[in-house]
Amino acid sequence: MPSNKEDEGMGLCAGAFMGGMKPAIVMQNTALGVVVNTLATLIQFYQIPLPMLISYRGEVGEPVACQVEMALHTKAILNLLHIPTYHFHKPEDAAELPGILEYARMASKPVVILCDASFWRASARSVTTYFRR
Amino acid sequence: MDDQPSNFYMLGTMGLASSIGLGLAAAQDKPVVAIDGDGSVLTNLGTLATIGNNPQGNFTLLIIDNRSYGSTGDQPTYAGMKTDLAAVARACGAENVQTVSAEDTAEAVKAAIASDVMTIIVSKCESGNVKVPVIKTNPIVIRERFMEEVRR
Repeated sequence: MPSNKEDEGMGLCAGAFMGGMKPAIVMQNTALGVVVNTLATLIQFYQIPLPMLISYRGEVGEPVACQVEMALHTKAILNLLHIPTYHFHKPEDAAELPGILEYARMASKPVVILCDASFWRASARSVTTYFRR
Repeated sequence: MDDQPSNFYMLGTMGLASSIGLGLAAAQDKPVVAIDGDGSVLTNLGTLATIGNNPQGNFTLLIIDNRSYGSTGDQPTYAGMKTDLAAVARACGAENVQTVSAEDTAEAVKAAIASDVMTIIVSKCESGNVKVPVIKTNPIVIRERFMEEVRR
């Protein structure tokens, strides 16, 4: 379900989890500053498992300079909040996803997977090739 | 409305009660009532667009509109000035939005729960708080007993 803001999206996830689903959120690292309160006082406070697939903007290859400003704070914010963080660089790394999802559920915590632009780009190519076949 | 396991208390994250309620309504079939204040809804106005575009028949949003920030000393909100939250909800795509008096609210909520159409109720109330204690129940207890109730 698309939401307009990332804290809103985490509220949707919390409700869906309490309703028996296994939600995850897909968002951009740029919005990590938006969700600090939600992570601390909803997701962590109530011990809600939340896999977070986060596109990692502002790194090498980024065309928009302003994105770099939040890239500088991405890992620092996650460290500050003690959020376990994993990192997908290449499409093959996606094989780790089931383990990370189970880990989040077992730990009842938010768990981040930072996904590089190179990951999305190479994955898109694989998907295009798959559909052409 | 007494304390019971089927009440989930959102102790922080002002503004997210409606989002949590919508997610819960989308995830299962039992009726869900999210109770929020005008000040809270104003901090998360986008929620009305998400609600309007993803109607859940088992979802009721009750906005207690007392035109004030009650828990910090009754400072006035814009909902008591130029901003009409019911109109905002309709403009965001919600099709069944009602503005009711405080006296008519209980009946409106019962009717909304009984229907299978999503309802947003804006209840116009006086400001001022009844003296009640702070909720001290452990958040994990709140969540676990609530989820057990949802599963039943």
